[in-house]
Amino acid sequence: MGLLGENGAGKSTLMKILFGMDEIHQTGGYGGDIIINGEKVQFSSPIDALAKGIGMVHQEFSLLPDFTATENILLNREPLKYTVFSELFGERLNILDREKMDQIAERAIGRLKVPLDKDMMVSQMPVGHKQFTEIARELSKEATDVVEGIKLLVLDEPTAVLSEQEADSLLKAMRLLSESGISIIFISHRLQEIIDVCNTIMVMRDGQIIKTVPSQGVVIADIARWMVGRDVGSSKREARGFDYENTPVLLSLQNLWVDMPGEVVRDVSLDVHKGEILGIGGMAGQGKLGIPNGAMGLFPAGGKVIFEGKEIALNNPRHFLDAGMAFVSEDRRGVGLLLDESLEWNISFTAMQIQEKYLKRYLGGLLKWRDQAAIEEETESYVKQLEIRCTSTKQKAKELSGGNQQKVCLAKAFAVGPKLLFVSEPTRGIDIGAKSLVLKALRKYNEENGTTIVMISSELEELRAICDRVAIISDGKVFGILPATTDSAEFGLLMIGQKSQVLEGGSV
Amino acid sequence: MNLQQLTSSAKGLVKSFGLPRIIIGLFLLSLFITAPFVGVNIGTSLSDTFNRFGMNAVMVLAMVPMIHSGCGLNFGLPLGIIAGLLGATISLQVNIPGPTSFLLAILFATPFAVILGWGYGQLLNRVKGGEMMIATYVGFSSVAFMCIMWLLLPFSNPTMVWGYSGTGLRTTISTEGYYRHVLNDFLSIQLTDHLTIPTGMLLFFALLACIIWAFLHTKTGTAMTAVGSNSVFARASGINVDKIRTLSVIMSTWLGAIGILVYQQSFGFIQLYMGPFYMALPAVSAILIGGASVNKASILNVVIGTFLFQGIVTMTPSVMNSMIHTDMSEVIRIVVSNGMILYALTRKAEVTR
Amino acid sequence: MTLHMTKTQKLLRIMGNNMVPILFLVICAFGIPLSGYSANFLASEIVIRISRNSFLIVSLLIPILAGMGLNFGMTLGAMAGQIGLILISDWGIVGIPGIILAMIISTPISVLLGWWCGKILNMARGREMVTSYIIGFFMNGIYQLVVLYGMGAVIPVRSNALLLPRGYGIRNTVNLIGIRRALDDLLLIRLFGIPIPLATLLVITVLCLFILWFKKTKLGQDMRAVGQDMEVARAAGIKVEHTRIISIVISTVFAGYGMILYLQNIGTLNTYNSHMQIGMFSVAALLVGGASVSKANIRNVFLGVILFHLMFIISPMAGKNLIGQAQLGEYFRVFVSYGVITISLVLYEVRKKRDQHYVGLQLAADQEALQ
Repeated sequence: MGLLGENGAGKSTLMKILFGMDEIHQTGGYGGDIIINGEKVQFSSPIDALAKGIGMVHQEFSLLPDFTATENILLNREPLKYTVFSELFGERLNILDREKMDQIAERAIGRLKVPLDKDMMVSQMPVGHKQFTEIARELSKEATDVVEGIKLLVLDEPTAVLSEQEADSLLKAMRLLSESGISIIFISHRLQEIIDVCNTIMVMRDGQIIKTVPSQGVVIADIARWMVGRDVGSSKREARGFDYENTPVLLSLQNLWVDMPGEVVRDVSLDVHKGEILGIGGMAGQGKLGIPNGAMGLFPAGGKVIFEGKEIALNNPRHFLDAGMAFVSEDRRGVGLLLDESLEWNISFTAMQIQEKYLKRYLGGLLKWRDQAAIEEETESYVKQLEIRCTSTKQKAKELSGGNQQKVCLAKAFAVGPKLLFVSEPTRGIDIGAKSLVLKALRKYNEENGTTIVMISSELEELRAICDRVAIISDGKVFGILPATTDSAEFGLLMIGQKSQVLEGGSV
Repeated sequence: MNLQQLTSSAKGLVKSFGLPRIIIGLFLLSLFITAPFVGVNIGTSLSDTFNRFGMNAVMVLAMVPMIHSGCGLNFGLPLGIIAGLLGATISLQVNIPGPTSFLLAILFATPFAVILGWGYGQLLNRVKGGEMMIATYVGFSSVAFMCIMWLLLPFSNPTMVWGYSGTGLRTTISTEGYYRHVLNDFLSIQLTDHLTIPTGMLLFFALLACIIWAFLHTKTGTAMTAVGSNSVFARASGINVDKIRTLSVIMSTWLGAIGILVYQQSFGFIQLYMGPFYMALPAVSAILIGGASVNKASILNVVIGTFLFQGIVTMTPSVMNSMIHTDMSEVIRIVVSNGMILYALTRKAEVTR
Repeated sequence: MTLHMTKTQKLLRIMGNNMVPILFLVICAFGIPLSGYSANFLASEIVIRISRNSFLIVSLLIPILAGMGLNFGMTLGAMAGQIGLILISDWGIVGIPGIILAMIISTPISVLLGWWCGKILNMARGREMVTSYIIGFFMNGIYQLVVLYGMGAVIPVRSNALLLPRGYGIRNTVNLIGIRRALDDLLLIRLFGIPIPLATLLVITVLCLFILWFKKTKLGQDMRAVGQDMEVARAAGIKVEHTRIISIVISTVFAGYGMILYLQNIGTLNTYNSHMQIGMFSVAALLVGGASVSKANIRNVFLGVILFHLMFIISPMAGKNLIGQAQLGEYFRVFVSYGVITISLVLYEVRKKRDQHYVGLQLAADQEALQ
């Protein structure tokens, strides 16, 4: 069965509940029932799930690099040979039964029918083989007196890192497995694969199952609509006509590539016009977050960044800031804030370092002293302007709520008075009220100061609400740019890597 | 405040100060209280404590810049001490007696401190994450290397070299006639027969402490605090993290050099060869006792920590000796100082992520 | 697709990985002729050093296997062994029975100390080496408390030869005449005029075989797993903290036995100093043999003992003949010992970063292949 959905639709959470992961228990548990073979079950840990025959292959590999495939497949489940020492010192002093290990590993690999060398070290394997090793590990969990053999296998985005041939091998192996009686839940963003190999397709959105259909006759456009489409009228938009013809290009990204783990950018070329609000969207991991991080120089990047007609050197945050650009990172706590320092420090810091604001000069400019009064004044004004809820400007950043922390990050960027502002995931993890305030503040800043804003977000509706245009990034490249007023379904198609009908001149 | 509020605020206080520090503080207090009862003169004790405070405080101050910038505890302090020793020996070689020799020593030590500090900083920048262990061994290696150098360098002042061979420096060189007590006696206040306050030395420390405090309020100082607090944040604000870290290492090394000179003028002797070998540990544990952690330190930590540590080092021998007629001071010093470092190392990283 | 390196790049990589042993070979090659010692003399000295020190160095292997780095806390085991020796000297038990009894006494002490050390190291995740280093110093204080104040007063020790004149506390040097060379002389043979203590070498061989066997057990496999990636091991259900502690316990127990073997060869116990130096020298020797903070095997142990102690022996005379001062040679060997550890630590950190970078490049190359 194929399981599809946007980011945040609830796929991973559903699987975590099924697998009995700790996270679920620690964040409030779940309601409803899980029924296996007619009996109701409750898992308190992945080990219980395993005992009932459920196996899961996660997206991030859980392999030991200096062990062979066999050793990884049987990690902590190795068959043992008795030695006399185990009487004295416990079971772990039995020797590993290497022959039995080889047998079990070969059996598991055999079920996949892939050319996996069981004695190869994981660190030397190509990515595809690592994936197969993970699957073989689940398969090797054979039936014993205590646990049932594997009956249900959940594969979470297994083909994301595979080449075409490797993906084909995997799909072939999956068919083999299902023919041998194992049920498979296949989560993926590659729609064609799902249509090709699955019997049933299930689409989730906003935490609910939207549709469950047999895969016969399903077309990609259908899936796109189910994944992304929303009821009409759920989002209000004040359209504003932006005159592209007569406004100059402020920032031009040419063939930008960025090596940001998880959000690799391969070849992005974009022109941003002065005064516009440009949105950048796309699925997680496709590269949208890499664009501002790379342009600023937080991750290795290459290509060209031309701002106000001048080329800006890459891999140097200082140049980026000096040119008049600013960036509010998606990683609030890790990059955006000094959690142990006060609001004042956080808000005034960048402006102080780059533009030497809030400094008193002594000794003819040699000594630059922190001007506490100026810092306090400025902080107070931002607290009022953005309605930051705090006990005082001296409160430590870590004590604020997520929404207020985000406002502090915005204030830090505003304090620099940038000509162009990159904002990455501005409303992630904050409540509804704060969300609308942040978006309003951005819109207001753009209209009052003429600041160009480039907003990166995984929430399509948000982008459509306040941006003029929205670009969709897929596979590290710009897959299409459409006016924000375009139908969600169009954007949905772009996000899953299908050329929009609108762009190619057709109807949805 | 009712009882419940009182206990919870007391608990909060204990948690923020840390149990070991409170134990050490109370221990010292008890020593001071029992002292007169066992015939130990409070005046002399206080005098000694102030003296040792002044001697060591600058070296403890040297810990602050590197902790601030996230380089961890400076176990490589011997490198700074070596710069100071070079300054001292060269100053004596130049042979201008009197207080000027002290200023000359500082003058000669500074270029060495800057160069050594710069190299050391470059090394630490390449091994982010494993700074402390490498700092320890860099310190040791350099002390061992200098042992060879002290034998070979062409010093000739007869007060410094071995008598019969005429070459090679002695293990201990007296500062008598040069800068012995040059700070201690400056403006010193004699309160009673037993109690003398070495004002000059304390003022000198206060001067250096003020300079550091002022530095931390400048633009660069603010940047240094940010680098230690969250280096990615600093980088995203356009700061050159490596440059700031190297600067903090140079500052630390220079303070270490000045620190050993202050120590020598009070102690009366220059200790070469293996002398500086273990000198980082007392300074590290002192600042930890004062409330600092592996990545957060303030000048207040320096003052409190040095006072508590040196207080224990001074008081335990005299008091314990008179009480139970055994000298357990060495053992207590080892247990307290290393125990404190262990405590700090096992705390979770205090900078919130 | 893997990144291919040119032949010269591969050669440079191999040289870089083995820089320390090569450096030492060069030093020895220069120093031996300078020192003027005869081959016979050097050979017999090396045999003594091997039989004396190898056991201690082997005890460092297991924590490296489990990813704990260099266990400077082996000092704790050395202290336990010394306490055992002090007690048997007091009780007047000599010869092989004396050695065995000392080992038996040291075992529970080592287990306790190792357990405590392991627990603290688990609390100082990411700073294990510095912490084990400080633990060594801290325990030295406790050791002094026990040996300098406790023995004779609280712990019954009667022999006047051992106790200080004041009635309690052990003297600075303890003559271990009772067990001196007891194991060495058990099976002494002479080969080309060089005395070879077969019994001791046999014991060392048994230990090496144990280590090889241990790697085949489930516990050994678990340690290897924990040493590579704690989170993956934990996800697989291995008890990570427990395994790490066990590795330190085993190391400490062996360090205790090793110290006893060391001292029976020397014949005198330097009560308050022997154990402090031994940690540093053992670590240095292991590193000289080509081991690193994350990888060490038996080859490194023996190569290290030979090279390191060779350097140690020839330095004073070489210094005297080269510059005219034997003192110089002595300082030189201290410098080289610490320098070797410094270089190894730096190389380890630099290599760790380079490997991460390499993984990134590899990932990029993989991406290219998918294009």
